[in-house]
Formats: sequence, structure tokens, C-alpha cells
Amino acid sequence: MKIKQIQDEIIDEFAMFDDWMQRYEYMIDLGKSLPLIDEKFKTDEYLVNGCQSKVWVKAELVNKQIVFKADSDAIISKGIIAILIRVFSHHEPNEIIEANTDFIDKIGLKDHLSPNRANGLSSMIKQLKLYALAYQTKINNE
Amino acid sequence: MKKNIHTNIDQIRNDFPILKRKVNGQNLIYFDNAATSQTPQIVIDSIADYYSKYNSNIHRGVHFLSQEATDAYEKSRVKFQKHFNADNSYEIIFTSGTTHSINIVANGFKKILKKNDEIIISQLEHHSNIVPWQMLCEETGAKIKVIPIDNNGELIIDKFENLLNSKTKLVFVNHVSNALGIVNPIKHIIKKAHEFNAIVLVDGAQATPHMKIDVVDLDVDFYVTSTHKICGPTGVGILYGKEKWLNKIPPFLGGGEMIDQVTFEKSTYAGLPNKFEAGTPNISGVIASGIGIDYLNSIGLEEIYKYENELLEYATKELLLIKDLKIYGFSTKKTSVISFNVGNIHPYDIGSILDKFGIATRTGQLCAQPIMDYFKIPGTIRVSFSFYNTKEEIDKFIKALHKAILMLS
Repeated sequence: MKIKQIQDEIIDEFAMFDDWMQRYEYMIDLGKSLPLIDEKFKTDEYLVNGCQSKVWVKAELVNKQIVFKADSDAIISKGIIAILIRVFSHHEPNEIIEANTDFIDKIGLKDHLSPNRANGLSSMIKQLKLYALAYQTKINNE
Repeated sequence: MKKNIHTNIDQIRNDFPILKRKVNGQNLIYFDNAATSQTPQIVIDSIADYYSKYNSNIHRGVHFLSQEATDAYEKSRVKFQKHFNADNSYEIIFTSGTTHSINIVANGFKKILKKNDEIIISQLEHHSNIVPWQMLCEETGAKIKVIPIDNNGELIIDKFENLLNSKTKLVFVNHVSNALGIVNPIKHIIKKAHEFNAIVLVDGAQATPHMKIDVVDLDVDFYVTSTHKICGPTGVGILYGKEKWLNKIPPFLGGGEMIDQVTFEKSTYAGLPNKFEAGTPNISGVIASGIGIDYLNSIGLEEIYKYENELLEYATKELLLIKDLKIYGFSTKKTSVISFNVGNIHPYDIGSILDKFGIATRTGQLCAQPIMDYFKIPGTIRVSFSFYNTKEEIDKFIKALHKAILMLS
């Protein structure tokens, strides 16, 4: 599935809920299916800057596609990174770099987050795209 | 005539327009008073009044408005002198806040401190009472010694007394810990420090909203606070200093108002308090702060302490009924602040959900990382009550907390 298709799927899922509480609960549930980063990588090196709670992300290139794994010490942050990873993982670097992130506004995620958390969300997206950029540069140089 | 808060609570709440606000569709419950207390209408009006009627620069115009503004500004100084029972009004310096006040003193000791002199601070300090001293030590070669805390979050006073010696020059301690709400025995600390001729600065930012401070009785050398925690606007702080110390330390900022004579060879400084109030101060803010302290005194700090203590006891009792909830900071002497965590749930998660219910709390390290490191936690959720809060609000908060825990477990 293309990134855009996954985003549309998530937009549809969030549209089913009437209030913020259900959206939060759904997000927390999504966090539980997050592909977890190995404990040994929960170090400063993999920490996303700009989040007030701790969020670690690691990327690997598998069959030309980037596979992300992550974890967080806060449950809501874990839900947020899980949504992002569902969107961005298992795609080629170029597709990730060029992906539009409008879906965030469409699911109303930012409206439901405190300013600190919304900043953290932007930092997470930036971090995922930076990984993609780094792998793309590596591929171009090979 | 002091007010009974219980019988006047509706009228008191009515004095604070912000309490009528809806947040996320719910009635606002404001439990972040330790960060900033809300502002009564008369204080808000006084700011509009200043700009509508007598906005002008103080201490330098001969014209009518300037005189009126100067009088109001200086009247505010006298109000704070009386409130803190200072000997002289010029021992009250207006600053931009507690942090600014602390920095004036820290900067003032740059030339006085020598290498290997010692500064004592406590493990309970707010970052603003740690960083300026670290900067001072870097410049002077003085060393920082730390008063440790015990598992309840209380200062270990024996250890403090052991730290004192002839090299101790300064002692800095908060009157009340911002993170835990524990009231420190500052009178004893000041007395012991003075036995070694050490100078004591007390950060009173978390004490002044809850109790009457008498700087003469405490015999404190410097006492600092911010007026946005005592019904005033943001951007105004107080630095009380004993006259002899204020005369000894140099000014922090150079500029207008703080000078006596200026030539290109040398300028001489003005006397107190102007020496520390360079440039155009926050005139409307200082005047409004004076109105704020009048408002607080019209209710009475004794009554406030009593009422807030009831809220503290009630909320503590209700919180402790919740499974896996841990409160940080136990002491018989506490202000209306509760710092807690529930199981392994991250404080940000709980704070985010409470916010959706219109409840304002503080979450995180609370600008007091050394305390969080001591308890080995990423932070806490802090609720802090003011005299306009009610038991009904606490009930709603407990209900919302239960829902949050259910969602996050």
C-alpha cells in the first residue's frame, strides 16, 4: 500500500469516533501494536529531540525499504509514534521524503494534543524523514 | 475586616473573571496556582486605569501625569514594605521576577567571593536558584555544597549544620519547595548560617501566596518573590535586601534611573532603591501588584492558609484512596501543593487527559530536576490549590483522574 492509501485508511478510522475520548483510547490501542525497538537501543542516540516524554526511534533498510521501530515511556506518545510508523514504515526512502503529512490535520490529532505534544509530533515526523533522507543519500552515493 | 472564605466563596470566585472560562467545553478547574495564580478584576482594572489615565514615565518628569505615576509606583513600594515588615521602603527593589531578583544578588557577589569560598544550596531548589550560583562559581572559583533531602522530601538539617564552616559565604534555600510544597525551617537555617557570618537568600516565591512573611523577625538578608503568584500581574518581582547588603553589592543593569552623575570618565550610582531599577520599570505592573497585595490582605493570609490547608488535607485523603498512587513530599508543614504519580503511568499522559476535562495541572520535572533525580522519576503531576478553589472542584478532579487512569492502564 502506498503512504497516501494508509493515510486515507487512518483518516477513515478516526472519522468513526465522535469524541476526543474515543480517539485517545484508539490512539492508546494503536500504541500497543507498535513494533518495539530493542531495549539496548533505548539510548540518547535514538532519542527524538523536542519531545517532553522520551521517544526512541530506530530505522533499518530491509529490501530497499525503511523499517522503523520505536518506543516511548508515555502511552499517548507511544500511540502517536505508532500512527506515524504505520504510515511511514516499509516504504522506500524517496516516498517517505516526499510524503505529505496533511492527514495529521485531517484526523484532528493536533487539536487534541497540548502544544508540547504537538511540537513533539512535529519532531517525530522530522526524525522519520531525516532517517529517510540519510538512507536516500547513502543509496545515491553507492 | 477579614473575610471568611467558606461563606464568601461565591463572591471571591466572582472576583476572578478567568474562573468563568470554559476549557475544552468544560468549566475550567485551575489547579496550577503554584506556577501562576489568577488575577482579580480590580488588578486587571488597575492596569487599564493606568494606561487610560496617567501613563507616563516615573521619577523624571515635572509634569502632572509623571508625578501621579511616580506617587502610585512609590505607594506600591510602601505597601510591600509594610507587607513584609521591612525597616525601610528602599529595601524593597522591584524587579521583573524572582529569577531577576536572584540574579541581582548572584551578580553582586562576583567581586566579593574568592576561590574556594563555599555556597550552600539545597537539593529542593528550583532551577532558577541553582543556575545563577553555578555561573557565579564558574567565575569566582567558589564551590557549591548541597543540603540533601530525606525520603519524605524534607531537608536534612543536621547535614546542613555539618556543611557550615568558616569558608561558607552564602546560603540559598527556598522557603517552600515548588515541587513538593514542603515548608523549610528557614528561621533556624538563617540563625545557624549567621553563626558563621554567612549571608542568606531565601526564595519565597512559593511561600508568599500562603503565609505572612516578616523579614525582620526572620533576620533574613535577602528575600525574593514574584507578584504573579500573589494576585499581581506577570513580570514583576520583589527583591528585599537588608540595607547594608544592598549598599555593598553593585548594580546589575546599567542605564537610566540608576545613576547619580554621568561623565564619560565615570558614573556614580544612585542610592537605594534606584541603583537596582535601571531603565523604565514595569510601572503599571508594579502599581497593579500593590492592588493585588491589598486584595490578598483583604481576605487575610491566615484565613487563606487555613482554608487552603483544608483543601490540601481533603485532596490528599481522596488521592491516597487511589490504587498505586504515590505522593512525593510528606511533612507536617506543607502548603497546598501535591506532587504525585500513579503506578508507571507517565505524568504527561495523565496531565493531557485531565486537560481534556478542563483541569489545569502541572506535569513534568517542575523545574526541579535534582528532586526528580533523587526520586528516580521522569516527573510528577502537581496540583496546587488557591483560596478560590473548592472541594467540589477537587471531587471533579478525582473523578477525571479515575477516568484517565482507566484509559491509560
